[in-house]
Amino acid sequence: MSYLAKPKFHHPDIETNELGFTHRDYEGSISTLCAGCGHDSISSAIMRACFELSLPPHRIAKLSGIGCSSKTPTYFLGQSHGFNSVHGRMPSVLTGANLANRDLIYLGVSGDGDSASIGFGQFAHSIRRGVNMVYIVENNGVYGLTKGQFSATSDRGSKSKRGVVNTDSAIDLAATALQLGATFVARSFSGDKSQLVPLIKAAIEHRGSAFIDCISPCVAFNNHEGSTRSFDYVRSHNAALNKLDYITGRAPITTDYEPGSTQVVKLHDGSTIRLSKIGADYDVHDRVAAMHHLHTRQATGEIVTGLIYLDGEPHDLHDSLNTVTTPLNELNTPDLTPGQKALDAINASLR
Amino acid sequence: MPIESINDCVIRFANVNGSGSASANQLFARSIMRMGVPVAPRNIFPSNIQGLPTWYEVRVSEAGHRGARGGTDFMVAMNPQTWDKDVASIEPGGYLFYDSSRTVPDSKLREDIVVLGMPLTNICNREFTDPRQRNLFKNIMYVGALAALLDMDLAESEKLISEQFKGKEKLIAPNQKVLRMGYDLARETFQCPLPMRLRRSDKVGDAVFLDGNTAAGLGAVYGGATVCAWYPITPSTSLAEAFERYCNRLRVDPVTKQKKFGIVQAEDELASIGMVIGAGWNGARAFTATSGPGISLMQEFLGLAYFAEIPAVLFDVQRGGPSTGMPTRTQQSDILLAAYASHGDTKHVLLFPEDPHECFEFGALAFDLADRLQTPIFVMLDLDIGMNQHMCKPLKWDDTRNLDRGKVMSAADLDAAKDWGRYLDVDGDGIPYRTYPGTHPTKGAYFTRGTSRDRYARYTEEAAPYVDNMERLLHKFETAKTIVPAPEFRAAAQPTRLGVLYYGSTAPSMNEAAELLAKEGVHLDLMRVRAFPFSAEVTDFIAAHEQVFVVEQNRDAQLRTLLLAECSIDPAQLVKILNYDGNPITARFIRKAIVDHVERLSARSPKVHS
Repeated sequence: MSYLAKPKFHHPDIETNELGFTHRDYEGSISTLCAGCGHDSISSAIMRACFELSLPPHRIAKLSGIGCSSKTPTYFLGQSHGFNSVHGRMPSVLTGANLANRDLIYLGVSGDGDSASIGFGQFAHSIRRGVNMVYIVENNGVYGLTKGQFSATSDRGSKSKRGVVNTDSAIDLAATALQLGATFVARSFSGDKSQLVPLIKAAIEHRGSAFIDCISPCVAFNNHEGSTRSFDYVRSHNAALNKLDYITGRAPITTDYEPGSTQVVKLHDGSTIRLSKIGADYDVHDRVAAMHHLHTRQATGEIVTGLIYLDGEPHDLHDSLNTVTTPLNELNTPDLTPGQKALDAINASLR
Repeated sequence: MPIESINDCVIRFANVNGSGSASANQLFARSIMRMGVPVAPRNIFPSNIQGLPTWYEVRVSEAGHRGARGGTDFMVAMNPQTWDKDVASIEPGGYLFYDSSRTVPDSKLREDIVVLGMPLTNICNREFTDPRQRNLFKNIMYVGALAALLDMDLAESEKLISEQFKGKEKLIAPNQKVLRMGYDLARETFQCPLPMRLRRSDKVGDAVFLDGNTAAGLGAVYGGATVCAWYPITPSTSLAEAFERYCNRLRVDPVTKQKKFGIVQAEDELASIGMVIGAGWNGARAFTATSGPGISLMQEFLGLAYFAEIPAVLFDVQRGGPSTGMPTRTQQSDILLAAYASHGDTKHVLLFPEDPHECFEFGALAFDLADRLQTPIFVMLDLDIGMNQHMCKPLKWDDTRNLDRGKVMSAADLDAAKDWGRYLDVDGDGIPYRTYPGTHPTKGAYFTRGTSRDRYARYTEEAAPYVDNMERLLHKFETAKTIVPAPEFRAAAQPTRLGVLYYGSTAPSMNEAAELLAKEGVHLDLMRVRAFPFSAEVTDFIAAHEQVFVVEQNRDAQLRTLLLAECSIDPAQLVKILNYDGNPITARFIRKAIVDHVERLSARSPKVHS
């Protein structure tokens, strides 16, 4: 398997964004995942979101761990720097990268094995710290690359392709992220692009830890009857909370909604997200209620999707550390090295 | 006969951990230094906050010997738990100073030493009502008594107290009062000074007194480190803390109060090194401080950094291991762990500072090396250098020096370049050119991963590009030999076939042992190794000697193993001299080991004894 180049030609009337880029400018190399893999839909949702937000691709850094999901950053945003790190450790690498340059957009792509098992600790701590990032878990409930073992997000009682029943409780990453203090928590489904694209856009705009748990069925190992991560199961158990329609600030408002059916959410920079509510009386700003809602629905076997929680005044790691606004990787000798005079004073204090 | 000496003795304090003795003992050591007399103090402490035994040893040496000597001439026995061993450890003719508030039976004393009792507890209980003061002042009082017994300049101690409590002025007077009480009482009670005493000298010069962790942390500030990610572990914790302290003093914008650094206390060592690698990948200078157990946990990431060619700096303050084992005792036992860290053919650059002065120097240099070589650099301290205060040359910085960021392509460079590939060896030194994320809208982006890629960072699992890359990495390691700190050579007074290789904290004891041996007619050429990979000077040195002693502080002769493995040397040529009991290696130990070997050798072939 080698590097696969894509042909560059495209239709002359292809859609362009504010930067004059077409969606082709947000692509990567050809995917080597299985045909029909949910992860490829997430990749295309990421490309679409970046295209619609008119983000310069080179200002995005995409990082991942190990696994099928972690391979995907090769397949989108070819003009962005990417880092396929080690298993379960994307969050720490991303945290370090973010410390070095606060001006880039950080996209962390992980899977359920990567984030809920080997990397559960790093997932938790990166969120606790409020690293400004979009953290997407492409959650298929199974280890794909090693051919079908259960992951820690597999539901108890679900059946593997080989007929083995999972006896361990599942980790709900969205609920965990809420508990850990993520300031943006969403869950979506790779098969619902109309929900996923705006969620990714909103997560990118969010200045803090934005976590998206994206159910993404594994067509090879977890799309059978008895699985709770199959396309059919997720479609029939999806309890969507809301539908994000658009984000102002960058995109113009083009549609009107019935009063009362929408919730307008103000963001830190003055832009807004408009949610069309599906679940009545659901307030995305109420963290405790969100946790309660997730657990209640989970008990009935439903999968809550949509924007689950949003803190309109997020606080990120750089705020906590009170770092300078200039990216640390741009500081140089005069900023960093105090010189002999300062050293003389230190020497004097050490005698 | 009581020991007679001037400016040449070892004084040991046996204390209870957490009793406030540390600052009093340090006051004693610094007072001697202020008298112009070289001191080498060492703290022997347990893994404990309060209650277990702890010792502080001060070696006084007019000749400037900074290594541990071994043996105790004067014991300040303040810990009943360790009384028997402490008393037994005093050299014949030595001195015992103790708190005589409780009577000690004669059977618990010795006849061949001078016993000096002073009722410290009784006096403090009489003079003070605050229980905390009663405890703390016992320590200050024995410092006063020692000043009288050893003929020290009390004014120096008084001055140090005023300096120490600057800003807390109300503490100065009572401390000075207690110091004076101890001093006066000793003069009333004992024949002062003792035959073993001190005298003002001029051997300290402009030397400074600090621990290696502080120096290395400060080195990281001067080396331009902006990101520090670490996890607390003895004996490295104070390194990250020193970095933070100096950054807060030197790197905060005076107007906005914003910080030109980011420090994260990570959840574990895996996260620490992950953050360092992420920051290094993104163009910030980043480091972690840890010890052997931490390096063990970082193995997978270290391989990634090696293959993905990401600059990173690790300060490894070595100790005994693992887990609860010997965390507060010194060793040089991570050499192989660090040199070959990770899986799949990896080798790393190691630096071996000998003292805090070099900890500062290498602490800064490591960041230039990491950027120039695009690889992890290990600065190998140990507990003895890291946590003990050492007298050393003052810290120096060349104000014309700029941080060397190595081969980094700017947007303009990318526009000008005909052909850029992340892993292309353009200059023939094995070091490719890198880009920081976000540099150029359409050029210079690449995907970072382990080894499955070609010179243009494109994914491939083919054999030829893999081998090509592995060979280039070896070539880069050859380049490293030419830019790491060169070894230090010191020729014997006369030609000799015997050489010694040593490194790190062994240096002061080795230097002293060589002096002792020269007086006995055993002449040794010395080479202090300051880095791995070994340069040609090291192999030439070995080739030029019939026998080379490799002096180390570990059980398995790890540097020797590294020499054998990397330089294809006949094992018979390299003689192990190993001390690994957790205490710093002493000149006495090295001397004896070498004499024993030389005697065995000369029994077989007299010509070797040069």
